[in-house]
Amino acid sequence: MGKKGGNVGLALVAALVAVPFVPLTLWAFAGEWRFPDLLPTAWSLRGVAHLVEPGGGVLGATLNSVLIGAATAAASVAVGMPAGMAIGGYQWRFKGVVIFFILLPILVPPLASTMGVHVTFIRLGLADTLPGVFLVHLVPTVPYTALILAGVFAERTGELEEAARTLGASPWQAFLRVTLPGVLPGVAVAGLFAFLISWGQYVLTLLIGGGNVVTLPMLLFSAASGNDPVVTSALALAFALPAVLALVLALRVLKPGERAGGFVGPGKFS
Amino acid sequence: MGGRLKIVLLLAPALAVIGVLFAGGLVIAFVQSLGYVPAIGMTELTLDAYRGILSDEDFFDSLVLTLYVSGVSTGVSTVLAVLAALALRRSSGRLSAVVFQLPITIPHLVAAVGIALVVGQTGLGARLAALLGLIGEPGDFPALLYDERSVGIILTYVWKEVPFITLVMLAALRGVASDLEDVARTLGAGAWQRFWYVVFPVISPSVVAASLLVFAFTFGAFEVPYLLGKSYPTILPVMAYDEYRGIDLAARPTAMAINILIALVTGAIAALYLRLARDLGRRRG
Repeated sequence: MGKKGGNVGLALVAALVAVPFVPLTLWAFAGEWRFPDLLPTAWSLRGVAHLVEPGGGVLGATLNSVLIGAATAAASVAVGMPAGMAIGGYQWRFKGVVIFFILLPILVPPLASTMGVHVTFIRLGLADTLPGVFLVHLVPTVPYTALILAGVFAERTGELEEAARTLGASPWQAFLRVTLPGVLPGVAVAGLFAFLISWGQYVLTLLIGGGNVVTLPMLLFSAASGNDPVVTSALALAFALPAVLALVLALRVLKPGERAGGFVGPGKFS
Repeated sequence: MGGRLKIVLLLAPALAVIGVLFAGGLVIAFVQSLGYVPAIGMTELTLDAYRGILSDEDFFDSLVLTLYVSGVSTGVSTVLAVLAALALRRSSGRLSAVVFQLPITIPHLVAAVGIALVVGQTGLGARLAALLGLIGEPGDFPALLYDERSVGIILTYVWKEVPFITLVMLAALRGVASDLEDVARTLGAGAWQRFWYVVFPVISPSVVAASLLVFAFTFGAFEVPYLLGKSYPTILPVMAYDEYRGIDLAARPTAMAINILIALVTGAIAALYLRLARDLGRRRG
């Protein structure tokens, strides 16, 4: 297969990737689109208006999604960073077992464990609340932040920290002034990952939020089960937006290979 | 000794989160599957829930459907990904990375909604068919959503997972396989020989590892079948959810037993995957 064949192939793949976005984009701005017309016969901003309507609920749901996502990102970086340091920066026994344990929540679907903790959450008053949903969102995010940061710390030799210590810095100062600035890009990537994973959660929010914590995917799901493709498509595009933005950002900021590609899994963002 | 304490302290927060919220939840789910749900007055340990589902036709219909959906999704995705990776291995790495990262990043729900608007009976596909004179009205177009064959679910998974497997393969192809292939070419091996004896053995462990992940994921995933699947039989995670959410609290152990079986299957696949990944890592050195 020559270079030309590869480019034709790439164009074909790009077209297939784009296919679901064609009706989503057309429907989001359609005013009238009857069968069997190939294109809408009238356009409207009803879908967009629904997104920003003050009493429409979308803004509130977006706010919930952002709040839970930001809290989840911050907490899972805070929890994942020391673990990443231990895994990436030091040699010790049973590391394989610990990595397996940390990976399990990514590989085993979270339905069983979430239904398991549900009763306890009800007893503690965490069910149907934002903090409760935030807590279960840590389950799929902490493995990612820990392992991404383990990769980041594995690449550090510790020489700079040693130099700082030689020059009289305390261990804490060396961490704060040398290690932290060095791993900051990795921390940002890990935080972004965690935010996107939380943003995409549906079933965890459904189980623990019990329909009282309304996030964007909740609205998208109920719209998709209904019969208004205009609103559904507008919601779907809004819901996909952070992922697309993050992708653009990641591709611009990071060199190829520097991305946390090793951890990209099928269930990652949903 | 101080070193070991430091490692333990560093690991403690992450292990606490996963230990309490994930492992703890699993343990509670397991105990409830044994019929111990004191909150509703069930305190006797039995295997009734497991006995119940294993002799239940609904469960077997659901299991067959789940295996069918994840098996076909994984098979089709793997074949398409192999073809795509072989076709694209010489094209721009950066460009193909962008094209492939997009479906990986897009949430499954968005993909499902988009696919539904393409393959539904008033979707883009049906409109094209009508334009070509193949069908007269929406009802003439084959039902691909909420259908017997779960076409909409499988298409959504294929759209999401092909890029994932392809990226894994491209990484393998552009590494060792490419160098070895040049050697084989110099030694006079034909295109088919190079693929079968050189490229395939090198990339197959990565492909198997990626496919295992896809199978495990589609086996336990909830939302796409919940949105695009028919109401009976449902896939196992949806069945577990319905049992859990039902008004009959006595069905809790059944829901948990289904959950535990899903967790066991995916856990076994996960262990297999990690073994493969470790061997792969060792081979690369």
